Formats: sequence, C-alpha cells, structure tokens
Amino acid sequence: MAFSTFLIYKIILVLCVFTLALVVAMYSTYAERKVAAFLQDRLGPNRAGPFGILQPLADGLKMFMKEEIIPNVSNKWLFILGPSIAMLTACMTGVVIPWGPAYQGASGTFPLQITDVNIGILYLFGVVSIGVYGIMIGGWASNNKFALLGAIRASSQMISYEVAMGLSIIALIMTTGTLSVGEIVAQQSGWHWNIFYQPLGFLIFIICAFAETNRTPFDLPECESELVGGYHTEYSSMKLGFYLFAEYINMFISSAVMACLFFGGYNFPFIHIHAPLLASIVGFLIMMAKTCFFIFFFMWIRWTVPRFRYDQLMNLGWKILIPLSILNIFITGIVMWLQHKI
Amino acid sequence: MQALTNRSKVVVKKEMSLAEKLYLPAILNGLKITFSHFFAKKATISYPEETRAFAPVYRGMHVLKRDENGAERCTACGLCAVACPAEAITMVAAERKKGEEKLYREEKYAAVYEINMLRCIFCGLCEEACPKEAIFLTDRIVPSDYERDGFIYGKDKLVDPIDKPIDVSVRETAEVAAFKKDKEYAHNQTWKDQVNTRKSGH
Repeated sequence: MAFSTFLIYKIILVLCVFTLALVVAMYSTYAERKVAAFLQDRLGPNRAGPFGILQPLADGLKMFMKEEIIPNVSNKWLFILGPSIAMLTACMTGVVIPWGPAYQGASGTFPLQITDVNIGILYLFGVVSIGVYGIMIGGWASNNKFALLGAIRASSQMISYEVAMGLSIIALIMTTGTLSVGEIVAQQSGWHWNIFYQPLGFLIFIICAFAETNRTPFDLPECESELVGGYHTEYSSMKLGFYLFAEYINMFISSAVMACLFFGGYNFPFIHIHAPLLASIVGFLIMMAKTCFFIFFFMWIRWTVPRFRYDQLMNLGWKILIPLSILNIFITGIVMWLQHKI
Repeated sequence: MQALTNRSKVVVKKEMSLAEKLYLPAILNGLKITFSHFFAKKATISYPEETRAFAPVYRGMHVLKRDENGAERCTACGLCAVACPAEAITMVAAERKKGEEKLYREEKYAAVYEINMLRCIFCGLCEEACPKEAIFLTDRIVPSDYERDGFIYGKDKLVDPIDKPIDVSVRETAEVAAFKKDKEYAHNQTWKDQVNTRKSGH
C-alpha cells in the first residue's frame, strides 16, 4: 500500500472510530433512560421524534445552551482541564480495538483497527489510568468539599480496582501469549473464546470494569445521596456534559474490550464468509452486537444492584478480587504446566 | 400467636452460606426479576393522547353556560364570588342595552368575569351558589402556563362556545335542579317568600 493511501485510509478510519464512539455514547444516554424505564415498567423518553429517538440531540442542545458557571473560588485552568482530560482519554482508548476483520482489497489489506500495537492492552490500561486525572483534577479544582470527596473516592477506587483488573488480565495473557488486542481476537476464531478458558478471569475483569467506569454498584464518586453530584457538583453546561459523555464512552470502550478479550471480538462460530467486503461488514456487526449486549448489561446491572458502601467496596477490591485474581494466575499456570504448554 | 397470613418469614441471624456469601446468585436472581419487568405491561399513561378515566363528579375547569337561545345566563349577582372560599372570582356587572337581548338573558350581565385558576381550589361552591344555573365545573383540565397572568381566565376562556356547547349534564342532574328550586333554602327564596315565612311563625 502506498504511503498516501495508507495515510488517507488511517485518517478516515480514525474519524470513523471517533464518530462511532461519540454516536454510540450519545445513544447510550438514550438507551440508559429507555432501559431504566422499561425495567421499571415505564415508557421512557418518547416525545422527541419517533420513540424519542432525537432525545440525545435535544439533550446535547440543552447542554450547549446552558449557562456556563465557573466558580470564583475554583482554579480556572484546572477546572477546564478536568473534563478535557476525561473526554480526551475516553476518546483515545478506541484506537487499539479491532472493530472487524481486515478487508483484503486489491490494493492491499485494510485492517479495521487503527493501530495494532504489540502492547495494546498495556496502552489501554495506561490511557484509562490517565482518565482518573480528569476526575481528580476536576474535583480538586472545584474547591468544593463534595467534589473533592467524590474525586478522592474515584481515584482510590480506580487505583484499587486497576490492580485486580491487571492481575485478571495477566492470566489471560499467559494463555494467549500476546499483548496485542488484534492477535488475541484473531486467536479466538470459531468457538475458542477466552471466556471458556478464563471464566474466573472474566468475572473479575467485568467487576473491575464496572468499578473503572464508575458505574453502579460502584458509582460512589458521584453518589447523589451523599455527595450531591460527586466530582462534578460544580460543573455546568457542556463541561458537565463532557464528564457524563466520557463515562458513556468509557462504558462503550470497556464493553468493546470485554467483547474482544473474552468473547471473540468479531469472531462468531458457524459463520464463514469468503467475500472479503461482506466478511468485514458481518464481522463488524457481530462485534457491535456483542458490544451492545455488554452496554445493555451495564445498564441492566445499574437498575438491579444497589450501591456499595465504601468499606464494602474496598473489602471487595483488596480482600476478595485481588486474592482471587492471584489464585486465577496460579490455576492457569498449573493447568498450562500440566498440558506442557510451558 | 396465630399467623394472619402464610407470607411471614422467620428471621434468623445465622451465618451466611457460601452461596449467599458469593453474592452472585443473589445478583443473578435480581437480574432475572428486573428483566422480567422489561416486557411487562407499562404503567405509564401517555397523557395528552390517552387519558385516565375521570370520576363522574370530577371538578375541573369552569364554564359559563348559555341558555337554549344562546344568551349568557350569568346575571352578575356575585353569589359565586361570595361563596368562593379562595376568593378567586371577580366580576364587573353591566346593564343590558336595547338590542342585546340575544346576548344576555337577564337585564344585568357580567361585563368582566374572571377566575384566578391559581387561587381556585375547584371545590364547586360557586356552582352550588349560582341561582341561574350559569357556572359549572367541567371535566376539562386547566392547562399549565409559563406566566401567572395566563391563569386569570376571563370570559373569553370561560363562556360556553356557541357552536359546540360543553356538556354539563353529569353535574346538572334532576336532583341538583330540584335542590336549586327548593324553597326550603333561603337562597332560593324571594323577598316575598321570606316575608311569608316570617308571618307564618318561623
């Protein structure tokens, strides 16, 4: 492939993934309200357009039109920097995820993954960890005790759960032998989904994913009943919108990561398509279906399980999930040793 | 003590079993319950399109009725305003001119008739007090508004439209009519009646 083709293709791909993340996040807000309503025997938003399909646009417009308040006592630069970081890191995570099988065109291979870095998982972890700075800086810059408490909760929660999450991934990496997300997905063709080899690892990973995205039952950073609004108490207008939006993008990306790492990504058994373009499209749709299921699962859990108490949260993270994930590593190692894989 | 129902459960503060400690079976059970509601019948009533059935005696927005010839019945006597416990009703009376007989039934009529819907408590005492069968509470709902001024309803909103009169037959029953004509009650008595009752020893 010529360099110019490569460059143009990558730019288009980046724009597509960026748009995809934004649109999915936008409609996640709609889906959240719809799912919440349906689980509670209500109808949900249904006035803006058919079935309320234009509701996210109305919400976005409202966010932009709202008065923008920056408290006098806040640190203005950091106050603006907080949501910017949250949004930036949320948008950066999508680049290592393979959205579909590569398209074998006449002029070369077009992978549906922006970049397949060989440390893809480490990159994901790194970027997600920067995300906590957005919350921390925003909460601190607000100069509000509720915001600060929310920020402290968020950062300690994320640091605690990142450990268990990383350890649960180590067992997965032991079986796959690679850190590249693209390769991990490629290994899972047919029925060789990692969920069947790492069920405990998946369980730990999904629990930690809930904690990392600040979703119920781990939404203590924005715990309305205790902290007004948590770290975004002082935020208004689109800066608040960015925080909320970043949460939904994170949810989308972590759903995609779970689909990639444990549920075979774009692979689906019994589907063998040889037409290259069709294969890419079907693979992409399968990937999106799995991702959407996990987004639904996030919402389903949110409207089922109540919020943890903070000590319960810390107990679960440090005393249960971390020992369990270490145990998982040991079991994986022993099984691999028995099978003479190491 | 005998149990009233078989639904009561004895609470035992025992050690949790492993399944309970794992917490996951409980979560799965909860997920099952919430999901069963996903397809359940929704409780919402999409208001402007569908309405809940009203009680037959529902008291909503007022109407100033016209008689069978289309003339306004209200004679601006002010009894409704006096009866109103919230003091929501005000009116300005005027004298009927020649040629206005088709418009107003009596020689005196209400040139201005206003009800402040924010003050009104929809008790229906105005309707009860009215000797001319002019004001009724209907099953219409007072719509919301952005301004307080919008809630002061004048004759333009209150008077019965000529082309499609508002049905108040639910509230204008035979018993009501009989009650309003009953001379037992002082408000139905003319000056002559009152003199007569006093003479007869009451």
